[in-house]
Amino acid sequence: MRRLTPLRLAATLGALALLLALTLALGVAVGPSGLALCEVWDVLAGRSGGAAADIVLSVRLPRVGLAAAVGAALAVAGVVFQALLRNPLADPYVLGVSGGAALGGIAVLTLGGAAGLGYAAVPPAAFAGALGALLLLLAVAGPAGRLSPTSLLLVGVVFNAFASAAIVFLASLAGLAEGAQVFLWLIGSLADARPALVASVAGCVAAGLLAVVPFGRALDLLALGEESASLLGIDTKRVRLWLLLASSLLVGAAVSVAGLVGFVGLVVPHALRLLLGPDHRLLVPASALAGAAFLVGCDTLARTLLGGRELPVGALTALAGGPFFLLLLRRTQALRR
Amino acid sequence: MSGSTLSLSNVRVALGAISVLAGLDLTLEPGELLLLAGRNGAGKTTLLRIAAGLLPPDSGQALLAGRPIAGFTRRQLGRRVAFVPQETGVPFPFTAGQLVLLGRTPHLGLLAFESKADVAAAEAALARLGLEALVDRSVLELSGGERQLVQLARALAQETELLLLDEPTAHLDLAHRALVLRCLRELAREGRAVLVVSHDLAAASYANRVAFLAAGRIAAVGTPAQVIRPELLRSTFGVEAEVLATPGGPVVWLR
Repeated sequence: MRRLTPLRLAATLGALALLLALTLALGVAVGPSGLALCEVWDVLAGRSGGAAADIVLSVRLPRVGLAAAVGAALAVAGVVFQALLRNPLADPYVLGVSGGAALGGIAVLTLGGAAGLGYAAVPPAAFAGALGALLLLLAVAGPAGRLSPTSLLLVGVVFNAFASAAIVFLASLAGLAEGAQVFLWLIGSLADARPALVASVAGCVAAGLLAVVPFGRALDLLALGEESASLLGIDTKRVRLWLLLASSLLVGAAVSVAGLVGFVGLVVPHALRLLLGPDHRLLVPASALAGAAFLVGCDTLARTLLGGRELPVGALTALAGGPFFLLLLRRTQALRR
Repeated sequence: MSGSTLSLSNVRVALGAISVLAGLDLTLEPGELLLLAGRNGAGKTTLLRIAAGLLPPDSGQALLAGRPIAGFTRRQLGRRVAFVPQETGVPFPFTAGQLVLLGRTPHLGLLAFESKADVAAAEAALARLGLEALVDRSVLELSGGERQLVQLARALAQETELLLLDEPTAHLDLAHRALVLRCLRELAREGRAVLVVSHDLAAASYANRVAFLAAGRIAAVGTPAQVIRPELLRSTFGVEAEVLATPGGPVVWLR
């Protein structure tokens, strides 16, 4: 019987960790002033100072760290949503959960000043926005996936349109519309990679991942339906709530710095499911590593593709993810027929 | 009484304004296979859901091995009761083997991997239903009947004292129907309590007892020959029927 053994789990995660390490190294080395991998290594080992050290430590490392944290968060949130909603097309962006988080963040940025809320209030507001959007989605969808998969996606599309409109409205109200910030927020970008910010986001993402990883078996069972999960010993109400909170934390943290980076939670889990199978004990940690590697790779490409100018990474993931989503939709529909 | 695996007494449930079970009494002993029949909407599935602890009765008593079902945790229930609902969809490409192995979850810790004994239990369950060849196939590629057998195998892998089945033979061909019913009879003979909801009265020949559910109560319960009679078929199902006594048990012939 083919099944997941601890050995296979360790070997697969080891290979993915290696892949992540390679993309991280590449991401640090590649940029306007290219560095050789051995230079990067010297800086990291503390053997080199000067301009190279400045670039590596205060620009490139925070940047790739942020990409890794955001990628891991979005991919794992995607896995959790797909299992909870029993829908392989679920993704934080497609479902409008990222939109909710972005709306929460913008609301604090534009209206929060009057209430004495500063930039520090953005992540909690994004978390609240993500959770609110999720609860709304679940309320509309009814108990555990009663709504058909495509109807669920429609709800996400509508909510996304609403959130984008509300974001532009709030930004115009506050006179922010001229700034590129709102544009970057809506398309998804990793340009704002201040080290302190990266550290706090990475902390939130790590907490969210630690909260989800032990629930691999529970996610397997929840993917069969709430009732089946109950029958096989899962306290579904509590576990669902816990997973909703954890995934909102992941999405909130990612969106509060990167805005609406789309499709990571769709592309990564799906590719991994094809390669590794649907067992969530492996799929969750594997998605964290592969999601991180994927977004670091995309961001490196986005920084270099147009020569000197930088493409927002969200534009790249959407360009790749949009067609991928359509393919997946066709496949899913064919399977259900 | 405490020897009974399942004991329902004066159980009442209303779903919304509609009374589904109105003072139902039923007991199930270890080693017994009971076939429960009744009209569509009579509350058969509701009864199973109460026995599985998915639905608390509004009033009355629901005991598992002499203890109130509501007093068990979900995990404890998962080790004692297996419920095979009517076909439920699986949205991801789990293999049949993986799905059956999930039946071992109530016996594992949160992070624990299946032991050799767990794998052996899953393989035995698959073998019992002749599913060895499907073990590494994705369930998305299986037929409805095959998926139903996989679901049943998962319940067998749970190794519980009580087995609840909702229309377990609905999608099965004759050979598999016989295989499943024989398997359920064997399980009962091994000492488990098996409650089968089915419209298939011919399955009664495999059962120790038959019960008819009507108007939220058990209208008749007894051996197949005691219950499958023209007047009870008329009052329960509203059909005119003749019952032929055969060596294999009563056979219903509808007029």
